Amino acid sequence: MSADVPVSSATAQAAPRRLPGTSRSRGGVVAGVLLLGVAFFLGGDQWLSILDTAMIAAIATLGLNVLSGYAGQISLGIAFFMGIGAYVAGWLGGSAPLFPGDPNGMNLSFLIWLPAAGIVAAVLGALIGPTALRLKGFYLGIVTLALVFIGQYLFVNVHTITGGSQGRAIPQPALGSFTFGSPNPILGLQFTTNQLYFLLLLVVLGLAAIFVANIARSRAGRAWQAVRDNEVAASIMGVNLFSAKMRAFVLSSFLAGIAGALWASYPGYTDPTQWSLVLSIEFVAAMLIGGVASVWGSILGAVFVFAIPTALETFSLLPQKASATGISSGDLSTIFYGALIIVFLLFEPAGLIGLIRRFQRILLRLEARREGGESAQTLDSPALESNFDVEITRLPRHLETPPSE
Amino acid sequence: MTTFIQLLFGGLAQGCDFALIALGFTIIFKASEVINFAQGEFLLLGAFVVSIAMFSWHLNFVFALVFGAALTAALGIVFQRYALRRMIGQPPFAIIMVTIGLNVVLLTIVTIALGAKFPRSPAPFGFSAHFTVGGISLPYNQLATIAATLIICAALYGFFRYTRYGLAMRATAIDQEAALAVGIQISRVHALAWAISGAVATIGGIFLASNNPTFDVSLGNAALVAFPAIILGGLDSILGAVVGGVAIGIIYEMAQGYSVHLTKTLGIGFYVIVPYLVMILVLLIRPYGLFGTRKVERV
Repeated sequence: MSADVPVSSATAQAAPRRLPGTSRSRGGVVAGVLLLGVAFFLGGDQWLSILDTAMIAAIATLGLNVLSGYAGQISLGIAFFMGIGAYVAGWLGGSAPLFPGDPNGMNLSFLIWLPAAGIVAAVLGALIGPTALRLKGFYLGIVTLALVFIGQYLFVNVHTITGGSQGRAIPQPALGSFTFGSPNPILGLQFTTNQLYFLLLLVVLGLAAIFVANIARSRAGRAWQAVRDNEVAASIMGVNLFSAKMRAFVLSSFLAGIAGALWASYPGYTDPTQWSLVLSIEFVAAMLIGGVASVWGSILGAVFVFAIPTALETFSLLPQKASATGISSGDLSTIFYGALIIVFLLFEPAGLIGLIRRFQRILLRLEARREGGESAQTLDSPALESNFDVEITRLPRHLETPPSE
Repeated sequence: MTTFIQLLFGGLAQGCDFALIALGFTIIFKASEVINFAQGEFLLLGAFVVSIAMFSWHLNFVFALVFGAALTAALGIVFQRYALRRMIGQPPFAIIMVTIGLNVVLLTIVTIALGAKFPRSPAPFGFSAHFTVGGISLPYNQLATIAATLIICAALYGFFRYTRYGLAMRATAIDQEAALAVGIQISRVHALAWAISGAVATIGGIFLASNNPTFDVSLGNAALVAFPAIILGGLDSILGAVVGGVAIGIIYEMAQGYSVHLTKTLGIGFYVIVPYLVMILVLLIRPYGLFGTRKVERV
């Protein structure tokens, strides 16, 4: 009955699994690298730009997943922290104003403004956290929602930094004279902007994903999951509830800030309407569809919500009929993801990643059947049916050992 | 002084709209401890359907209203029956997200149905019909809003106080298990709560839309302003929803009216965030609101 197990018991990892452990997972990594390689060299600019957007979204989804997925604190405020990151990037990295009335810029290096975007968002998170985290459940959701409105008000009115409602330019990453904003050669190979961004994002997303994956298995990560599953129990086991939540809030804000800076830097421009509640809800959808409390789930979810609709639109893969009646593919995909949120929550709370795990378990079971009757029987045991990551693969051996006197 | 009274009256009418929306939240929350984030789209959908019924099918306002209210009530029951009932026992996070999913679906359906059109607001009176007393203009539609809110409050009071199901709902709100033990069908109570809330949403949506000659998909955003109202009044208090709604409406209208002269210092759109600032203040000082039940929750 894995479908009925709530989000709470989705991950209770017993021991850290080693990276590429089995031949199958090694094969998966190789296939993934090949696929990315093909997309990178042969995909063409349109595909790459879609992929780039999804990768930036994946960073923010990871951030949201830290707070809402691992630590279980509802947040609709991610758009606020992303906006902060974007404007910090614009302020620190942007060029000095040409005309009076232009937003300020300090012309600093990319190596300063990108981390700064995360750090400022994290500091704001640390300032807001103590107030917001006093509240739980619905109340926290409503307060973070208020944050988005307050953010939009600030973004419209702090004209010297944000450029007001006309918006402002956001710098593109550059190292000295080498800029990611225009085609440039690396080691003699000519790369397009989208390819350069892809390489950069691969590094940033990779770092973020490894960081979140590792911290989720650390003491701090386990504390988050304990807080999410049962606050009283966590507190009895010695978890400091407030500091665990604060850590999640700050880390989540940091990642959101970084993602916001990149999100605005990619098109090179931002205005306050971009950082609305709709954006927050899209990220929540990405997290839920991909997989709550899962790194791969965040990435899959971001691709699902942010890449697939654009891909459908760009390559007009939708039936002609739909576009003739005036229904845009944007509307269709919005309905689609709205419905998917409901469907996944009702039937597979662990998201896409849960579906994949389920599929893997079926494969495992089939394999075991082929190996022989006895082990197949035990593999059907409830331990595998449940959503736990603990996979008991050698059950017979444990069963056969006599209980200690 | 005239300005003040004019704003006070406008705020009262606006506040009645918020109160109707807030009632929708509170009734559901009282019965099942769920906050319905799709409430805004219920009222958008309701206003949209009533608009079609009135202007395309040429129904009388009252019939159109009853039709729209019945439709949103039915939608509420269906959603409660087929989605929320499966979610019983799940953390609030998952439940909020299901209602947000419904919110997204409903909003997009209405967006597609509208296309580029701006439907006329269904209203009992013409948009500009009003009379003037001592320099203060009183639009008929705003008066109708206030009257409708009073009628609905009285009807709800009567329902909760004197009917069998009203009693069942109050009992369920106090103690679900005890209610079950005396033979109350909780599932029916929940369905009823969603139905009432859906119907009230449509009525709120109509009167909210009647402030302007036409409306668009942003109508549902008013529900987001009703959040401060329910927090101020207390999530689980019907009286609180009405008082909170009216208070937030007046605060909102006053802030809007007076901040026009202060754009230099306060910036553009300050009035939009005033209800939220009030809400944050309330949450810090008195998180259970003015009339809410004080919950003891210590960890």
